[in-house]
Amino acid sequence: MAPKTKKKVAETRKPVVVVDNAHIIYKVFGTGRRVTGNMAKGGLFTKKIRVREVHAVRGITFTVYEGDTIGIIGSNGSGKSSLMRGIAGLTKLETGAVYAFARPSLLGVGAVLLPGLSGEKNIMLGGLAMGFSRKEIETKVEAITAFAGLEEFIDLPMRTYSSGMSARLRFAIAASRNHDILIIDEALAVGDQEFRNKSEARMREMREQAGTVFLVSHSMKSILDTCTRVIWIEKGELVMDGDPVEVTNAYNKFTGSNTID
Amino acid sequence: MDLAEYSATNGLKRVGARPPFFSYLKEAWGRRDFAWTLSSYTNKAQNARNRLGRWWMVLTPALQGAMYGLIFGLILGSKNRPDHFIEYLFCGVFLFTFLQGSFTNGATSVTGNAGLVKSLSFPRVLLPLSAAIQQLINLVPQLALLLLTLVVMGNPITFQWLLFIPAIALMVFFGAGSSMLAARLTVQFSDLNKVIPFAFRLIFYSSGIFYSLDKILANHQDILAILKFNPFSAYIQLVRGILIQGNTSATPELWLLCAGWGILLPLLSMFLFWMVEERHGAED
Repeated sequence: MAPKTKKKVAETRKPVVVVDNAHIIYKVFGTGRRVTGNMAKGGLFTKKIRVREVHAVRGITFTVYEGDTIGIIGSNGSGKSSLMRGIAGLTKLETGAVYAFARPSLLGVGAVLLPGLSGEKNIMLGGLAMGFSRKEIETKVEAITAFAGLEEFIDLPMRTYSSGMSARLRFAIAASRNHDILIIDEALAVGDQEFRNKSEARMREMREQAGTVFLVSHSMKSILDTCTRVIWIEKGELVMDGDPVEVTNAYNKFTGSNTID
Repeated sequence: MDLAEYSATNGLKRVGARPPFFSYLKEAWGRRDFAWTLSSYTNKAQNARNRLGRWWMVLTPALQGAMYGLIFGLILGSKNRPDHFIEYLFCGVFLFTFLQGSFTNGATSVTGNAGLVKSLSFPRVLLPLSAAIQQLINLVPQLALLLLTLVVMGNPITFQWLLFIPAIALMVFFGAGSSMLAARLTVQFSDLNKVIPFAFRLIFYSSGIFYSLDKILANHQDILAILKFNPFSAYIQLVRGILIQGNTSATPELWLLCAGWGILLPLLSMFLFWMVEERHGAED
């Protein structure tokens, strides 16, 4: 499959993120590998440390322009999250580079801040880490709590929250600031419908304030509702890049689903 | 025109590129509130599930001091026991707890906060620094207990006690340095975490916590000279010399040694930590 890319016309707009031939390789110390044939032999000292390499992202190149909201789709394990972590600078690229006009912020699914602390304290910490001053964040606590809809539970430790509740809180913390570039990695998948509507509205608002948003999602509906451009990744490679309707249709054909969500 | 040039002409910068050392320090300083808050919250969270809560911050070292006092003072007591044994022991145990805690806590500070590291970008050096601050917060009530014990045991309060403050400050700098160093080392050698407990056991028994190095090694001056370079015993001896009546160990040479460790180690560790900034938190 040859990648279809946008036409040259787009290059008159200002680029905000350039991904240049990004490769991500994870080196994992091999434990629990399947035993086949001769591999079962080898004593305590004769065994070499087996490092397994997983080539998660294999040379992806694309340019994002001002005002784009990019949807990222692909099967599980296709390298979407790895690529997003690479763009945010949280995972080191093996080769290639990501250029951006501001540091991208990633809002991921597994990221519990500090499970032993109350929601309110997590708001404080998250805000301070994002660079707010203590006073600024104190004035925002109420608004963040209200956005997450957690007024009743904000004093409880985060470990007691359901996955939907903590996802809502994380999004609310991240969305309390205007990010120049925000990456949302399936973080909204566990939220309920009411929260999804709220967060989609907030994403549109951020985009209008000249922010660029990446949205990784398996819900074609939220991709079509919010994105202006969609990138489809499969097995670490870029399959298709372009108009949301075209790309999602091709993806649906590929996966064999005929509904939109 | 390749993409790198294209990005440069449009004012885009490479993501994840390590900032220059001094901008890095500046950025870390700008977010110092984060390090403080993280330390105090982590401390509270650790004690929140216990009924006695934060009293454990004083109870744990007091129990530890009492235990060593019982074993080495009463059961194994000998003529080698230094004067003012209770104060001598408390000083050793409390300060050692801080120094050990800074290193051990620092070693896991980046890996143990994976949630933060994975979701937010901030200068990673704040994590080992916060680990050291956490130890400092624990140390304060212990120091209060130490001073109280000194007064109760009849040591006169003199102007010399004011030197206690710079001595502790140097020790805290050293602790912060060792915390960053530990975090830096575990990036490359994760096996280190398995060795640390043994190393500290060795240091604990060789630093003269509950006996006097000078008395035990009176016939082995060469070994004594080497052991005295050990920063752990140096800080403990310094504080003993300042506070305990009749203890003359706080010599100008010892001050120099403590100042050297306390200034050079943090600078060196900070630099070493910064060098691998891009690798901190990378999954493997």
